[in-house]
Amino acid sequence: MSEMKGRVHSIQSLGTVDGPGVRFVVFMQGCNLRCKCCHNPDTWELFSGTEYTAKEIVSKAVRYKEYFSKKGGITLSGGEPLLQADFAKEVFALCHENDINTCLDTSGNILSNSVKELLSYTDRVLLDVKYTDDTLYKENVGCHLGVVLDFLSYLDEKSIPTTLRQVIIPTINDDEENILKLKAIADAHECVDKIELLPFKKICQTKYDNLNVEFPFSHINQAKESDINALKQHIPEYS
Amino acid sequence: MKHESWNGFKAGAWCDEINVRDFIQTNYREYKGDSEFLSGATKRTTEMMKKVEYLFKLERQYGGVLDIDTDTVSSLTSYSPGYIDKENELIVGLQTNRPLKRGVNPFGGIRMARQACKAYGYELGKKIEDEFRYRTTHNDGVFRAYTDEMRAARHCHVITGLPDAYGRGRIIGDYRRVALYGVDKLIEEKNKDRAKISKGTLNADEIRLYEELYKQISFMEFLKEMALMYGYDISKPAKNAREAIQWTYFAYLGAIKEQNGAAMSLGRVSTFFDIYIERDMNYGILTEETAQELIDDFVIKLRMARMLRTPEYNDLFGGDPMWITEAIGGMGEDGRTLVSKSSFRMLNTLYTLGSSPEPNLTVLWSKDLPDGFKHFCAKVSKDTDSIQYENDDLMRPIYGDDYAIACCVSAMKVGKQMQFFGARCNLAKLLLIALNGGYDTTSGMHIGPQMPVIESPKLDYYEVMERYDIYIKWLANLYVNTMNVIHYMHDKYAYEKTQMALHDTDVERLMAFGVAGLSVVADSLSAIKHASVYPVTDENGYIVEFTTNGDFPKYGNDDDRVDLIAKDMTHRFITELRKTPTYRNAVHTLSVLTITSNVMYGKHTGATPDGRAAGSPFAPGANPMHNREENGALASLNSVAKISYDDCRDGISNTFSITPDALGKTDEERIENLVSILDGYFAKDAHHINVNVLNRETLMEAYENPEAYPNLTIRVSGYAVNFHKLSKEQQREVISRTFHDAL
Repeated sequence: MSEMKGRVHSIQSLGTVDGPGVRFVVFMQGCNLRCKCCHNPDTWELFSGTEYTAKEIVSKAVRYKEYFSKKGGITLSGGEPLLQADFAKEVFALCHENDINTCLDTSGNILSNSVKELLSYTDRVLLDVKYTDDTLYKENVGCHLGVVLDFLSYLDEKSIPTTLRQVIIPTINDDEENILKLKAIADAHECVDKIELLPFKKICQTKYDNLNVEFPFSHINQAKESDINALKQHIPEYS
Repeated sequence: MKHESWNGFKAGAWCDEINVRDFIQTNYREYKGDSEFLSGATKRTTEMMKKVEYLFKLERQYGGVLDIDTDTVSSLTSYSPGYIDKENELIVGLQTNRPLKRGVNPFGGIRMARQACKAYGYELGKKIEDEFRYRTTHNDGVFRAYTDEMRAARHCHVITGLPDAYGRGRIIGDYRRVALYGVDKLIEEKNKDRAKISKGTLNADEIRLYEELYKQISFMEFLKEMALMYGYDISKPAKNAREAIQWTYFAYLGAIKEQNGAAMSLGRVSTFFDIYIERDMNYGILTEETAQELIDDFVIKLRMARMLRTPEYNDLFGGDPMWITEAIGGMGEDGRTLVSKSSFRMLNTLYTLGSSPEPNLTVLWSKDLPDGFKHFCAKVSKDTDSIQYENDDLMRPIYGDDYAIACCVSAMKVGKQMQFFGARCNLAKLLLIALNGGYDTTSGMHIGPQMPVIESPKLDYYEVMERYDIYIKWLANLYVNTMNVIHYMHDKYAYEKTQMALHDTDVERLMAFGVAGLSVVADSLSAIKHASVYPVTDENGYIVEFTTNGDFPKYGNDDDRVDLIAKDMTHRFITELRKTPTYRNAVHTLSVLTITSNVMYGKHTGATPDGRAAGSPFAPGANPMHNREENGALASLNSVAKISYDDCRDGISNTFSITPDALGKTDEERIENLVSILDGYFAKDAHHINVNVLNRETLMEAYENPEAYPNLTIRVSGYAVNFHKLSKEQQREVISRTFHDAL
């Protein structure tokens, strides 16, 4: 095993919202996108964070194995873990050696050979399809929808169980039409067995303030639980 | 021996000897299904609860005490029968002749009784005052024998909460024996034990026991008389489920009329009752609905139980808890689960009657518990914040499969072990006293070995430990001796006659010591070891503050560098305690449990090297200090799990608060995840956890508008309280605690 190091923003020993069951969540440092709804702006910067070897990460995760039951395991989130794909691959490979389920939380905008290798050790992908419209993608994310769909097609080809996620932002993508489009994407890819609609929240405002960065969506209201539930009615088969 | 009442039960060793465990093992039916079978409250129960809620409301309006009978000394037969609603009660019996009217129990100490009456606008009756003028109470006895040093340690709060002014409690009678055997059989067996003693050498120990047996027998006679006043003859075994519950309750009621012990726990009755319920259902005389009704009425009675305490006591413990702890579930030694349908029914009372701190429902968790039961427990926790969990896989190998929990976390074999309760000492304060060479800055008292204030600009870990050890040795010895005085006197002047009659005569005794401030000490020593700690002295040269430079590992982050300091500290302390022999050869045990007194302990402790300010609260029990956990909830749990149960056989309490959002997105996910967390935590050999699933905002609202939340129940430290019964200071402390939150 190499002594390659990864940059980690933070570790949360109890994660219950990023993948199935109880999960040890590692937030990787660095992101190449600048989504206007981003709730973790503190993970953008590529060269900060704490350095760990894969072995160090996994030796921590192993301490929580007893809590994982059948469903739980480790989740690599971020930031964008694909930016450190080689490192992430080492982490996941080591997890598999230790019988720990692996889950990757990503925006899916890179599909290099390293990423493909990483995916071969990935038990589930949480794929953030931020919008179903390319114009919105370009405007609010900084990449094209097509790149993400290619990524999804690759997941389908490799039959990697996938959860599609989308942050529902009032006035931007909180309409029925968008959800039906999202459903169509799911329908077209057999690997997708679940869709999660996440309410847009603004508790990240203080993070932006601390970084002295403007929160581009600060003028938009938080999503209401009831509206999310109404949208979920359109996709009962993916709940 | 055979009884008509036992028809339909499988015979076994239990028929020929007092052996409730054998009766349960031979006759109970395990239940591995889910909670679907349960029924809700009947109309009768709902009507009864309305009356009860009204009484509770009145009690609140009267400032916490509805009425006191100041002219009668509480005992088994000293009050005429009391009822809530006689015609509609299925299980009867109250402590006095009226609901929520409190009796006076001066045997532990007349001063406490007098002060309590006065605090609520009453005056202790002249007859009682006269009667007790020439009588020695437990409290009198203890203070006659306390040495100057014991008084000083008590006065400066390095040892506190000692049961020297009221009943010691933490004794669980095997109340089930009355139902299974009837009182006459129990008396017969005790007479045989007496006869055996009379044939051997009679010296102090034997004479004491011989007299104790006399007292036990005479109180069994009183117990029969008490039940007769309610129209029941309990000399013979119970014939059906209602009688089994009634007889068991009478036995418990006798105990709480006789004793005002700090914790008066119930034991492990649910699956015992289940055997009778199953039999009645087979006979067609009970349905699910009527079975639940019986359990409900029993639990209503437990919720009515009250002791007369002083307001200071209530402030310390957040209301006037009685720790009516019922242990539920667990596994049997043969691998079958001890979960029965009545384990579910007992938990179901939190729905049929609403959430409540009492009885203190305690689930004995095992990895092997049926999934349906685990699931239901997690659901109840999520919905009511009213249950606690203790590790059956850790305790069963030590106590067998018929143990129960006294108070919060004290395990004991039912009817075979009892405890000498001993509150706790303040380890954080002791560290400061050690650094100051035997001077306590908060009280201004010199105490313990006298030596110069530790002299070095920067504290050296090894030098500090060497000195701390000297003071640990001193305190451990003083603490054991103090406990010996207390329990010698309690046996002499306030012996628990009813409860001890429901124990085997050759009972095993545990002496339970405790520590407070564990996380403060661990973090302080970690700071001294890993950062730079500079003492700041006052004009007299005593250390009053510390300047701590640099970061240091903090307990609660699954970091061995500090967690092992905490583990080592409990090991050191119990090792020292064991060096001083105990009264009646009790086994030394240790707990890490503060109840709600962590606020008070903090108040009496100066600034500590971990950066905690003088007077600010400790974390409760074995919890990490508030908001020092940086790696999330499981890291915090892992830290606590490292403290060894072998060192702390009297329990390691951890209170865990998590927001619903941090537990999962849907109710179903939250339940599943909570089950995973409990499975994981206990697989790490952790001992205890209180679970609260709630938002800080709810507590803040309840803090501002207590009237709107009369029934908000939260787990604090080994038990649950009504949030509104906590003092404002305790409420603020609870709100400031770590809530594991979603990111």
